[in-house]
Amino acid sequence: MDPLRQPPSPCSSRPSSPRTPSCEMLGYVGIEAVLDQLKIKAMKMGFEFNIMVVGQSGLGKSTMVNTLFKSKMWKSTLPGLGVPTPKTLQLQSVTHVIEEKGVKLKLTVTDTPGFGDQINNDKCWDPILGYINEQYERYLQEEILITRQRHIPDTRVHCCVYFVPPTGHCSLRPLDIEFLQRLCQTVNVVPVIARADSLTIEEREAFRRRIQHNLRTHCIEVYPQKCFDEDINDRILNSKIRERIPFAVVGADREHLVNGRCVLGRKTKWGIIEVENMAHCEFPLLRDLLIRTHLQDLKDITHNVHYENYRVFRLNKSHVLPRGPGWVNLAPGPAPSPASPQATPRTMKVCRWTQDNSDDEY
Amino acid sequence: MAAKTAGMPSQLPDSEQNQKKDNTRSLTMSGHVGFESLPDQLVNRSIQQGFCFNILCVGETGIGKSTLIDTLFNTNFEDHESSHFYPHVRLKAQTYELQESNVHLKLTIVNTVGFGDQINKEESYQPIVDYIDAQFEAYLQEELKIKRSLFNYHDSRIHVCLYFISPTGHSLKTLDLLTMKSLDSKVNIIPVIAKADAISKTELQKFKIKLMSELVSNGVQIYQFPTDDETIAKINASMNGHLPFAVVGSMDEVKVGNKMVKARQYPWGIVQVENENHCDFVKLREMLLCTNMEDLRDQTHTRHYELYRRCKLEELGFTDVGPEHEPLSLQETYEAKRHEFYGERQRKEEEMKQTFVQRVKEKEAMLKEAERELQAKFEHLKRVHQEERIKLEEKRRLLEEEIIAFSKKKATSEIHQNQSFMVPGSSLRKDKDRKKEPGYRFELLCFDVRACETSDGRTDTEEGRGAPRPRGGLGSVWRRSQGL
Repeated sequence: MDPLRQPPSPCSSRPSSPRTPSCEMLGYVGIEAVLDQLKIKAMKMGFEFNIMVVGQSGLGKSTMVNTLFKSKMWKSTLPGLGVPTPKTLQLQSVTHVIEEKGVKLKLTVTDTPGFGDQINNDKCWDPILGYINEQYERYLQEEILITRQRHIPDTRVHCCVYFVPPTGHCSLRPLDIEFLQRLCQTVNVVPVIARADSLTIEEREAFRRRIQHNLRTHCIEVYPQKCFDEDINDRILNSKIRERIPFAVVGADREHLVNGRCVLGRKTKWGIIEVENMAHCEFPLLRDLLIRTHLQDLKDITHNVHYENYRVFRLNKSHVLPRGPGWVNLAPGPAPSPASPQATPRTMKVCRWTQDNSDDEY
Repeated sequence: MAAKTAGMPSQLPDSEQNQKKDNTRSLTMSGHVGFESLPDQLVNRSIQQGFCFNILCVGETGIGKSTLIDTLFNTNFEDHESSHFYPHVRLKAQTYELQESNVHLKLTIVNTVGFGDQINKEESYQPIVDYIDAQFEAYLQEELKIKRSLFNYHDSRIHVCLYFISPTGHSLKTLDLLTMKSLDSKVNIIPVIAKADAISKTELQKFKIKLMSELVSNGVQIYQFPTDDETIAKINASMNGHLPFAVVGSMDEVKVGNKMVKARQYPWGIVQVENENHCDFVKLREMLLCTNMEDLRDQTHTRHYELYRRCKLEELGFTDVGPEHEPLSLQETYEAKRHEFYGERQRKEEEMKQTFVQRVKEKEAMLKEAERELQAKFEHLKRVHQEERIKLEEKRRLLEEEIIAFSKKKATSEIHQNQSFMVPGSSLRKDKDRKKEPGYRFELLCFDVRACETSDGRTDTEEGRGAPRPRGGLGSVWRRSQGL
């Protein structure tokens, strides 16, 4: 699989050929109104964003999601409420449509309870990889239809937030390293140090340096990837972010009164940890990265790089399939999924059939 | 708009998929999250990528296409006047880069050269249709590639076609009707009345109504400005009523009042290009560039291109639904064709290999044959040479024998000569006898001219005798001697 995944080329670059002369316009024409047109179109169509949170149970993933989007995406589970730890890794997806100032965002959050919770965590990343590849496959199948939909629903995972337990120890655990290595080639990964309120500021810095060192040693490219920096501005901006990755975050969905202001925070006997206070934790950085500044970039890289890589791999692989019953049922994506390979394409075909049916009904 | 529901992970059983619609629910947020910057992020990315817009101008030569484009974009694109004498319609495309504040626009203007000039205009619109199809084809090819780079791709598909109608005031020409009919399913057509300063206002109204009714009755679908978004619905709807736009193009500036405006000056007045009372140029510019550029591009991509793609792929034999009404994936048909193709290619390769081997064998045989012949010749020549040599040797031997014999003779004759000198008396007596007969007596002196070559000794004796030593071949010299 790896030799085919060559280092992807940078995202977008303005095509400029030496033969196109640039012309001086003698007056105002009104071309820049196209930006407004774009905005109107975007507002009308709405946006889609799919995020996946991965980490062991108890690290505060659901709370973090709730904090990020300031709404009750999930009921954050308190320990000891009789919720059984899942025996196997399951993926749960929830979709919400949220709106702010006329901008509609369809947000899909995928949670992975049971990750890394078993005694033997070997190959626990397989279901996750399988899920991600399945979303790519779905998109690919839609794209190669003859009669395509006007707007192909995008369920591909744009960003995966990986929660690192705050051990403060020397390095990333082997499970983390294995997982990150595999996932960084398929999806944009943003590692965060979870429950950072158990580390002091100095411990945080030391832990962060060690994690960065580890990532470099194992050649793990987390988001924002260095090779996709297009120009000097991007590089400056992204290197600032890269210095602070992984962010040390704290999640909270309760509000408390601090100095007369209502803030989100965790109340403890020794003080209130304000989630949005930069001095307390780096949650604002994470939020800004994911939502305010780099959301479009995350989607672009997923579409232009990861999806294209998957597509190349898929199309290359299918042509070496031998003639016979093997190639009629197209095998699923590269990662072996827990479901039997024969079942998945059929369910996918049935999926599409029902979808086509529902299209007719509409 | 995104009415299609989100996908669910594969772990959920099929029965729950029907409930997937219900899981998408709205949520209210309790605070400011901050994603209203999303459109800005999108816009920033588009600015970085740059924009691309392609206009096709169809109209007769000299109707004012280039001037209108110059006026539209307020630039002087370099373009030469085309002649009227082209045998076929050609399309000339030129790309320019424009920049306004931070928007980079890559503008491509495609002009039809020689449209409507031929005496027989049957083939006039086919090159245009072919050109548009070729652009779609190029995009389709790029999209179907395995390793593709769509975000880098310079989109050359035509986004809008400005069709220039000549201002006769009566009705559409047949050529116009035919061309527009063949183009309406492939490109967004905006008809404009060119050189509108040749028609009066009342005539113009009638002309417009006539044109629109003709277009409608012939089923030509021209581009309608979109009216589904509230912000621009009103203005678009009103503009739809003004179609086709009557335009005047001019880059010359004329002083009107105390301003310099773009206008055309006539003895009877000045036609101002940007005056809404005079012509619809401002409306065209607004509609084309300021309000609907994005929609034009969108329509091209989602409607015209998809139609082309569908037709093309169906032509090639791909379908979505197999013969038993089970969903057939493009991939499978593609695979089938690919295998077929590979099989065919392999067969051809085998064939070619065999012919190649055959030819090589033949050539080899030929060359061997030639080699053998050469060898035979060589042998023959060698033999001949050998024989010659023997013959020559033979001759030489004979010659040498002769020489030896001759030299022997000469030696003996010399001895006799000497002997005759040593007995002068006898010879005198003989001579005295002969004295009675005064006369000359010729003595034969035989020289061996070859003596100088064969032995030097003899030459000395001859020199001693003081006899002339002629060179050259063997010869006899008679010496006149007085009777002794």
